[in-house]
Amino acid sequence: MSRKFALAGPLLALAGPAYAAGPIEAGARQATNWTAIIIFAGFVLLTLGITYWAAQRTRTAKDFYAAGGGVSGLQNGLAIAGDYMSAASFLGITALVYAGGYYGLIYSIGFLVGWPIIMFLMAEPLRNLGRFTFADVASYRLAATPMRAMAATGTLVTVAFYLIAQMVGAGQLIELLFGLPYLYAVVVVGVLMIIYVTFGGMIATTWVQLIKACLLLGGSTLISILVLAQFGFDFNALIAKAVELHSKHDAILGPGPAVANPINAFSLGIALMFGTAGLPHILMRFFTVKDAKEARKSVFWATTFIGYFYILTFIIGFGAIVLVLPNGIYHDGGDVTKGLLGGANMPAIHLAHAVGGDLMKGFIAAVAFATILAVVSGLTLSGASAVSHDLYASVIRRGNVDEGTEVRVSRVTTLVLGVVAIILGVVFEKINVAFMVGLAFAVAASANFPVLLLSMLWKGLTTRGAVIGGWVGLISAVGLTIVSPAIWELVLGHPKGTAWFPYVSPALFTMPLSFLCCYVFSVTDKSARGAREQAAYEAQYVRSQTGIGIDAAAAH
Amino acid sequence: MDDKMLARIQGDPNYQSLVKERTSFGWTMSIITLVLYFGYITIVAFAPSLIAAKISGDITVGIILGAGLIVLSILLTGIYVVRANSRYDDLTRAIVASATGAVR
Repeated sequence: MSRKFALAGPLLALAGPAYAAGPIEAGARQATNWTAIIIFAGFVLLTLGITYWAAQRTRTAKDFYAAGGGVSGLQNGLAIAGDYMSAASFLGITALVYAGGYYGLIYSIGFLVGWPIIMFLMAEPLRNLGRFTFADVASYRLAATPMRAMAATGTLVTVAFYLIAQMVGAGQLIELLFGLPYLYAVVVVGVLMIIYVTFGGMIATTWVQLIKACLLLGGSTLISILVLAQFGFDFNALIAKAVELHSKHDAILGPGPAVANPINAFSLGIALMFGTAGLPHILMRFFTVKDAKEARKSVFWATTFIGYFYILTFIIGFGAIVLVLPNGIYHDGGDVTKGLLGGANMPAIHLAHAVGGDLMKGFIAAVAFATILAVVSGLTLSGASAVSHDLYASVIRRGNVDEGTEVRVSRVTTLVLGVVAIILGVVFEKINVAFMVGLAFAVAASANFPVLLLSMLWKGLTTRGAVIGGWVGLISAVGLTIVSPAIWELVLGHPKGTAWFPYVSPALFTMPLSFLCCYVFSVTDKSARGAREQAAYEAQYVRSQTGIGIDAAAAH
Repeated sequence: MDDKMLARIQGDPNYQSLVKERTSFGWTMSIITLVLYFGYITIVAFAPSLIAAKISGDITVGIILGAGLIVLSILLTGIYVVRANSRYDDLTRAIVASATGAVR
């Protein structure tokens, strides 16, 4: 078990919430929790009302994909935080700290440090060059068809893996928290997400994120205050008690065995940091603000909210050790040496009960469900945009399509993606999906990020280099993940130690490989097209720096 | 954007200052972030006992470094925004005004 945990552990916090210690037994379903259901129903009614309102305001493609470009920096920052702080962060990191102490906090830090890089190198040029998807930026001066085909594939792969993890996580979580059958939970998530996105587009999706982010930040703050209050607001006393109570004692203050191998530590660090800068549903949010200034403010607010939240995970994680671990009522059969009721991802939920009773637990359970729903909506909109805006409009119709048709295709795609997500959620119910968000981050860091960064900042990039670099990054990241222990041994059931690629994340190798391919196949590209693309960099660069030519600027 | 306008903007001293200052500032800040974070990862990888070393009571080096990195990330992005809101936006406004004004 400890060996399995060491292998699977690093991917857990990235992954859906439900798998900190393998699949949860079906028998663990809890009694129907009416507090949680009523609070969640309130959230659903409010967000459906907003969707109705947003639908009245969604007329053009720009409304649908980018909320009309009218979101403020503060709102967008909060919405980005909403998109980014998944249930995996809240439940997964708490569970990791509960099990292994400080190890979980390495994720809290890694998830945040990509944001300053996005700020310093990407946010402003991204806004100045793109309209609806990051492929707009990557293909700005490069050949549209191969670039968009590659970028859309990178988007769909990232979104699909992320989505499966969220759907399975939702099903399991809701089964446990609300006492509803798995299938109901998956269908409820799928149907609500389809309604938000098809009718309300980016406007509704943004508001769902805003509300969810406020709920999650508020709920986490409340838990943290209630935890600290039990220790006279002395963090030191909290840590001391956690060390005393945890079976590993002082060892919970160290990083733990899973990152004892330096290659694992660095590969994980790279995937966390640069994966953030290649997540399509996050990048898409930069097009909802009016200009580079608001884009930059968005990153500042997002970093602030996300950073604040991750600081709270320090308190919540150690709080769970102190208040949940020694209390029999949260363990199977009332025995503190046995597993947690509802499975290994439940420490945050039990902690809510420990500090605030049934009402608090119901509230936090509802927040966790709302969180998954919001993240799933953002992912689906991003996937639908890649299909309609990149694949359909640019690759299939070669740009000969009106906006109305494009948005209709997007809506139909949302419906299809929603149904596919439900089916995948059912198909993957019994399969350990812990690797999937890790894979999404690895693909984002290895395929989307290098191409996007170089297309904006390196004059020498040509279509040949970008397409080869992007595909090599995508295929190598997926391939190495399949032959890594997380899939080869834990999912495919091959014997321990037979995985060809022995590390937790391929990003340490595949991201530099993608950069290298982009470089080599660009500098050796002597075609006339390549020369034209390099020459076109100057005009692109001026626009990326000044914003001259973007929609908002064109209006005056 | 036509070639004439492109050449005019590229010749604008304000544009040259903007690009030079923002590029060097952006990369300096990025390198600071990368050094801080991968310095931290290096400690995690090669000196895990330092992470667990206690500074005061049960507060460890790891907790201080971790919380410090998060707070620093917020501060660094804040510093960038403050500088960009004043200096870079002023320059950009001047560039846009001279470029579009000259066209009219």
